[in-house]
Amino acid sequence: MADDRSREGTETAVAEFHKKIKEAFEVFDHESNNTVDVREIGTIIRSLGCCPSEGELHDLIAEVEEEEPTGYIRFEKFLPVMTEVLLERRYRPIPEDILLRAFEVLDPAKRGFLSKEELIKYMTEEGEPFSQEEMEEMLSAAVDPESNSIHFKDYITMMVIDEN
Amino acid sequence: MGCGTSCSEKDKQSETALKAALIIQNWYRGRRAQLKTRQRYALTIFQSIEYADEQSQLQLSNFFSFMLENYTRVLEEDSDQSKCAIKPELVTHLLGSNIQDKDRQDYLGLIDVPDSYCGPRLQFPLTFTDIDLLIEAFKQQQILHAYYVLEVLFETKKLLQQKPNFTHTKTSPSKEITICGDLHGKLDDLFLIFSKNGLPSVSNPYVFNGDFVDRGKNSMEILMILFVSFLVYPNDLHLNRGNHEDFMMNKRYGFTKEVLNKYKLHGKKILQILEDIYTWLPIGTIIDNEILVVHGGISDSTDLNLLHRIERNKWKSVLMPPIPIDGDRATEKENKVGTTITARGIRTNGSLSEQLTKHEWEQVVDILWSDPRGKRGCYPNTSRGGGCYFGPDVTSRILNKYQLKMLIRSHECKPEGYEICHDGKVITLFSASNYYEEGSNRGAYIRVSSGTPPRFFQYQMTRATCLRPHYQRVNALESSAIRMLKERMISQKTDLIRVFQLQDCSKSGKLSVGQWAFSMENVLGLNLPWRSLSSRLVTIDKDGNIDYMSSFQDIHIQKPVKEAQYTLIETVYRYRSDLQIIFNVIDSDHSGLISMEEFRSMWKLFTSYYSVCIDDSQIDELAERMDLNKDGSIDFNEFLKAFYVVHKFDKLNKSDTKFA
Repeated sequence: MADDRSREGTETAVAEFHKKIKEAFEVFDHESNNTVDVREIGTIIRSLGCCPSEGELHDLIAEVEEEEPTGYIRFEKFLPVMTEVLLERRYRPIPEDILLRAFEVLDPAKRGFLSKEELIKYMTEEGEPFSQEEMEEMLSAAVDPESNSIHFKDYITMMVIDEN
Repeated sequence: MGCGTSCSEKDKQSETALKAALIIQNWYRGRRAQLKTRQRYALTIFQSIEYADEQSQLQLSNFFSFMLENYTRVLEEDSDQSKCAIKPELVTHLLGSNIQDKDRQDYLGLIDVPDSYCGPRLQFPLTFTDIDLLIEAFKQQQILHAYYVLEVLFETKKLLQQKPNFTHTKTSPSKEITICGDLHGKLDDLFLIFSKNGLPSVSNPYVFNGDFVDRGKNSMEILMILFVSFLVYPNDLHLNRGNHEDFMMNKRYGFTKEVLNKYKLHGKKILQILEDIYTWLPIGTIIDNEILVVHGGISDSTDLNLLHRIERNKWKSVLMPPIPIDGDRATEKENKVGTTITARGIRTNGSLSEQLTKHEWEQVVDILWSDPRGKRGCYPNTSRGGGCYFGPDVTSRILNKYQLKMLIRSHECKPEGYEICHDGKVITLFSASNYYEEGSNRGAYIRVSSGTPPRFFQYQMTRATCLRPHYQRVNALESSAIRMLKERMISQKTDLIRVFQLQDCSKSGKLSVGQWAFSMENVLGLNLPWRSLSSRLVTIDKDGNIDYMSSFQDIHIQKPVKEAQYTLIETVYRYRSDLQIIFNVIDSDHSGLISMEEFRSMWKLFTSYYSVCIDDSQIDELAERMDLNKDGSIDFNEFLKAFYVVHKFDKLNKSDTKFA
């Protein structure tokens, strides 16, 4: 009995995931022909609440691409892969406290802020570096124009409030 | 090879820094993607509502056709003509009367340009100095005097009449041509294009691909600049008709209002001539016998040869199908007008010439209203209600048939200002940036010349000297879209609640996301990502169920009088744009007043056509209560203004939207 119910539960969950994925996909399917430009796949996956790293994203794309990459991803290939990702709750977003700690690590002197140059250095030289566009966008919201620095605790709080 | 503790500490430090950077970058990219998606959702909302409005407009046009059809029946049946809402003036207004050239001298002779007028004074025959003059004047927000407006319009009409249905033009390696898409009254965008790309001239030709007017607040100024440029460079400034170059559309989408506001004395005359001019605008442009430029698109039955031959000035409004009437359109009772109305969905008597006219008309509608899609084949354009969706196979076939290489069209707002589809054969070009809202989209134009691929130029107007951070812009855009969507929802609250309750068997006030999404889509008829939008529209409990009444908590329609019945209020609010246009059309002398009898009989026709179940006496009572009955006439603007939506968390009561 319980098995049936839980299977039924999973089926409904899967059906709902399918609809959610379809919605997210369709917004970027400009020609309404069930394909999206491969460059938008990252945005679509992230819009569904997942946070893969760039490396993980590349792996995902490889899974959904055609044998001979066309530059387009078809919905039929995307759907099963993405459903798995959602069912397995993979690539969960970063909790606020971990994010805060990450900033604090980059601020060993415990000043409570990072200078603009420091942030640029870390974001464009370490990890999976930002493009110029990404860097500029982050700076426009994060930098306090008077001190030319990023008060990361306030910044995070602001972003979290905005998200909700 | 060790280098001691300090080295490994440094390594550990840099490893932690690396991990920290990764975390921040990962988080940021996730955030950025969500912002981008929210921006897209907002755009989708704006676009869906826009197209749904276009459908309403089409339905309204059908209503006018229905009214005209009933006109003769009413003439025959009703002995008391004064009570009839459908007066002869209405028919003339809808079917159009041709302005004769002699009208021009009669009319212009009566207008005086006072010495106190400090706006631009044009000198005929026009030269490029007049273009400069106009641009400078408009930059300072001056208004061109009606006298000059009318002169320009008369001259433009004369010149347009000499142009064929399709303008054929050639480029050369040293002479590129610039193509611009929809401008919709956004004068700043036109100035930006001219400053980046140069003014029109013999060496710098332009094609403007329709939709110059409506929505933006400077449609008049754009028309003046375009028409004056056309008069100065008739062989190098090409204009194509768009679906908004249509008096019916102008009534709904703001241009008529703009003209009447800016030109209180002569606005009516200006509108009259404009209606004529629209019908004389060319249908399209063909460049180097290779590139077809039309406003909307094509269909699988597009016949360019036929389109080259038709009399394009036959249809005053492309929305209203041709109505051939035998004999005189005279208004005397004795002259029994034998009407055969040929229209989509309405009976035809099948005569050959009428069938031909209908076929021609459909060809033009397809050119002005169609949209390309990825799906093969050709289907009715259900979002807009007119024209069709055409697939890549249709594009290939039609282009091949006429030995063309490319189709450049406009008509659809694109986030980047342009979009290429159908294997590079179709380019959509949209030149009004921030079309729906600040931050909604960029604008673009292209330069083409034979032998080289087209070059694209993008831009986006911004009011501030420096952009706000991305997330703030997206928030503003999204709020605007959600607000508009909520107003849509409340206008159909009764229907929505009925459908919600049908599915809520346990009367818990809650539905699953799936049930809610299904209801919303079906009642509102908008194809939107409901699941993704749900968090912005309703309250969701911890089990993921939706409290469906929560969306109506912070918004309501203002009751014009205390005792008014809710369903009546909702109905009037829902159809307020249509009613505005209908009353406007009846009010042929633009006095703002119509008789109570006209009001009543129009309401009766309206409710029967739109299948609205409201007792006729209710509307009467309402008008009485609102004390708008002024000696047997009703001020319908005051009447409709009393129906508006209040958003609970507004500081100012912003009653309605850009689409008024």
